[in-house]
Amino acid sequence: MYPTRFNYESPKSIAEAIALLHQGGGEAKILAGGQSLVPMMRLRFAAPEMIVDINNIPGLDYLTVDADGTIHIGALCRHSDLEKSSLLMAHQPTMAAAAPVIADPIVRNRGTLVGSLCHADPQGDWSSVMMALGGIVVAQGPNGRRSIPAADFVKGPFQNMLAFDEIAIEAIVPAPKGIPNGGYLKLERRVGDFATAGVAVAVESSQGLIIRAGIGLTGVGGSTINATAAAQSLVGAPLTAGSIAHAADLAAQAAQPRSDHRGSASYKRQIVKTFVVRILSGVVESIERAA
Amino acid sequence: MTSLNEEVFPDQASNVPVRKVTIRINGENRSANVEPRLLLAHLIRQGFNLTGTHTGCDTSNCGACTVLFDGQPIKSCAMLAVQADGHDVMTVEGLATASELHPIQEGFKDEHGLQCGFCTPGMMLTAKALLDENPDPTEDEIRWALSGNLCRCTGYQNIVKSVMWAARKINNQAAN
Ligand SMILES: Cc1cc2nc3c(=O)[nH]c(=O)nc-3n(C[C@H](O)[C@H](O)[C@H](O)COP(=O)(O)OP(=O)(O)OC[C@H]3O[C@@H](n4cnc5c(N)ncnc54)[C@H](O)[C@@H]3O)c2cc1C
Ligand code: FES
Ligand code: FES
Repeated sequence: MYPTRFNYESPKSIAEAIALLHQGGGEAKILAGGQSLVPMMRLRFAAPEMIVDINNIPGLDYLTVDADGTIHIGALCRHSDLEKSSLLMAHQPTMAAAAPVIADPIVRNRGTLVGSLCHADPQGDWSSVMMALGGIVVAQGPNGRRSIPAADFVKGPFQNMLAFDEIAIEAIVPAPKGIPNGGYLKLERRVGDFATAGVAVAVESSQGLIIRAGIGLTGVGGSTINATAAAQSLVGAPLTAGSIAHAADLAAQAAQPRSDHRGSASYKRQIVKTFVVRILSGVVESIERAA
Repeated sequence: MTSLNEEVFPDQASNVPVRKVTIRINGENRSANVEPRLLLAHLIRQGFNLTGTHTGCDTSNCGACTVLFDGQPIKSCAMLAVQADGHDVMTVEGLATASELHPIQEGFKDEHGLQCGFCTPGMMLTAKALLDENPDPTEDEIRWALSGNLCRCTGYQNIVKSVMWAARKINNQAAN
């Protein structure tokens, strides 16, 4: 099918893009990678009156790390840029594990992390990764910039916290206070399918103790789930088989899966539990190797 | 549904302005006046009559519409034609020269990398991007790179062999 008719705008600056969104009065939509929006428009789930294509705005495709370890991901940084990044492989294991399992290699050449957060698909992988990492979305509108924690950014399925005339400029992963560790595991029926269930774990350790933890769950609820109780249970102690099993149980309790063509609710809950154990056991091994 | 031309190319009833796009397609600059909602896949097929690019789904899943956009595989059904203005696009028609098949095409012929052929143009372009970047891929690397292109016929074995065949040929040519 073809999308419904719309006006196409291709601004050259962020200010121009914001002015267009403002003028569109809620009927305009940003086009980033287009890997969710264009299919939605073809199926006529979305029928915006105006498309504001940000691909011609220079300087938004960055992936940088500050001296203190803060990571910045620009609005046009593609999934494939993240997948190929040696920076993430060296410094950010949760993101490095997630990047290669988003969609398929061709979609990854266009789709963006920030667009994925904005799309707020309960099945989207980056939202749970950013929640686990305590990430931040930087939004810019007519009144300037503001920061929105990734944990609050998703309002519900396919709904984010942006005002109609705001653009998400970048996502930020705050500087770690300890040694960052973790991973992302996703069960998919085949490459390119959305997650049956996915688990993002990000921990920071110092002197054998976990000093920060985050766990995000993909595809097991009406929106991405922040398993805070599970994550908090790990903080202040070393990782042990017992603490891992406890956190895995709490994460499985936090999941709100539904039975569907991808599997039953109890199966998905079991996957969440198994994935938490696998990721954290891997963390233990890597801490032991480093010691 | 009306014919594709009436449906997707500018019609008077619409007050949406058309845009002129110029695309460097298979080395040649071509222009068209298009409605913004025209997908790149449709411009290539109906506007430029390059029907080697196939469309196999409505959900951007299948990869049959894969073209190289500035050298990188993309799904041309998930990009608006207006977005390609000023860019370089290669379709399957750009692989062969007037007298010679591209080694990837020869590989698919020699190793029986196709049956119905519907997925083949997308497969070959994704394979081209892979070999441009990594001239000597392992079997795993080939399977990984092609994992966004679906084939309903071959079971993939011969597709992988075809790409390996092409890699050998290209590397031998480079060595001589
Ligand atoms: C076959 C297929 C398989 C896929 N599989 C997966 C998968 O397994 N896991 C997964 O997570 N995703 C998957 N996706 C989705 C993919 O990751 C998309 O790239 C992503 O969801 C959206 O990013 P985008 O840049 O393409 O955004 P777009 O499609 O351009 O936009 C998506 C939405 O976000 C808004 N938006 C985008 N950028 C901004 C911005 N900077 N500011 C404000 N609003 C913005 C748009 O207006 C739109 O509403 C798949 C897609 C396809 C086609
Ligand atoms: S037509 Fe199926 S991915 Fe484009
Ligand atoms: S050869 Fe028929 S789909 Fe691949």
